[in-house]
Amino acid sequence: MIRVILPAHLRNLARIQGEVALDVAPPVTQRAILDALEARYPPLRGTLREYGTQERRPFLRFFACKQDLSLESPDSQVPEPVATGEEPFRIVGAMAGG
Amino acid sequence: MTGVRLLVGTRKGGFVLTSDGKRKSWKVEGPHFGGWEIYHMKGSPVDPDRLYASQSSAWFGQVVHRSGDGGRIWETVGNQFSYDGVPGTHQFYDGTQHPWEFKRVWHLEPSLTDADTVFAGVEDAALFRSIDGGQTWSEHSGLRDAKGNLWAPGAGGMCLHTILQDPSRPGRIYTAISAAGAFRTDDGGETWRPVTGGLKSAYELPDPEAEVGHCVHRIAMHPSRPDVLFMQKHWDVLRSDNAGESWQEVSGNLPSDFGFVIDVHAHEPETVYVVPIKSDSEHYPPEGKLRVYRSRTGGNEWEALTNGLPQQDCYVNVLRDAMTVDRLEPCGIYFGTTGGQVYGSADAGDSWVPIVRDLPAVLSVEVQTLS
Repeated sequence: MIRVILPAHLRNLARIQGEVALDVAPPVTQRAILDALEARYPPLRGTLREYGTQERRPFLRFFACKQDLSLESPDSQVPEPVATGEEPFRIVGAMAGG
Repeated sequence: MTGVRLLVGTRKGGFVLTSDGKRKSWKVEGPHFGGWEIYHMKGSPVDPDRLYASQSSAWFGQVVHRSGDGGRIWETVGNQFSYDGVPGTHQFYDGTQHPWEFKRVWHLEPSLTDADTVFAGVEDAALFRSIDGGQTWSEHSGLRDAKGNLWAPGAGGMCLHTILQDPSRPGRIYTAISAAGAFRTDDGGETWRPVTGGLKSAYELPDPEAEVGHCVHRIAMHPSRPDVLFMQKHWDVLRSDNAGESWQEVSGNLPSDFGFVIDVHAHEPETVYVVPIKSDSEHYPPEGKLRVYRSRTGGNEWEALTNGLPQQDCYVNVLRDAMTVDRLEPCGIYFGTTGGQVYGSADAGDSWVPIVRDLPAVLSVEVQTLS
């Protein structure tokens, strides 16, 4: 079971409370996690990745196990603690402000 | 009971303001979609409880919501705006050609005849339409054939912000695009052409009378006289008496003919309202006085409306989608400011009161007249 934590605005948009638990068949990649997340919550389509290119939106980051995975290939496998559900896959809005 | 419902889009959420026909006391609900930029909300003229809302976010992109109960409950609808075919390119700041890239929905215009049909004006400038209540969107790409390769974004972005449907000719639609101009279709959106004859932009364009490139900020129409149009351009207030074929300047005695909004009285087709702004680099009212100007002669002769509006130290702006008129008698006028105030007049502009004072910067105001 994969654990995913979303930023507040996307939880509100998709009417999610707390963490999301997803069944993702191995190998567990970023793309597989996001595909499963969008399949479960269609309102999230287009908010995490651009339509067409499927590229990560520029001001979103993917964190897990104290690492920034944002620049990893979407087809690379996530760290083992994420794949086993020990650690969450965190989707984070980039810092903004002055 | 007769009443009005104001749909206010702001930088950080949407608000719904309601009042009875007297328009003296108001109920404020919101923010809806807190934290999102609400570029526009508008209700269907066929079914007033059917509302559409455009949310935009630098982090999360574009979302569209729909309500079927006047704004109490909202549901997410489609947010995929894919340009038709190969998107092509437009002029860019550096003189190169730049691919069309969807950024956000600026304006949602429900159909005059079908609650499930709604148009969306987007940045980079294009017109989309949904016929299933916003679930799916398809582009009227013929608009970009109207010399779209020559359009170039201004500082505010290359946005399609005005969509006017001619109630007497179902196939006739006008659109306006910042830094591109005004356009018209007579065949329901298949083919388009610029309607910019007579526009002059001496300080913005190398050819002041070019067919495209004019920075049109807003066009308004009275439904009883759809061939008569009023325009607030970057500089100049203009009118056309022949469906946009030619335009005449009617700025007259305005203290500045720069501005964003323009609208027409609901019952007097020759009564027009603007809010003059000092200049294109000073986006605030002249002399720090927030004044609506009204012409009862279709332009040229303007009177300042100041009763209830701040007449000193006021440096807010009124953006292009932030003025609207209701259909009650007397006609109500409303506008929102970048300072977060929404002002209303229940007597056609003679006097004004702030309905709310401290919202986030207001992007858009639409009113629904309810019966």
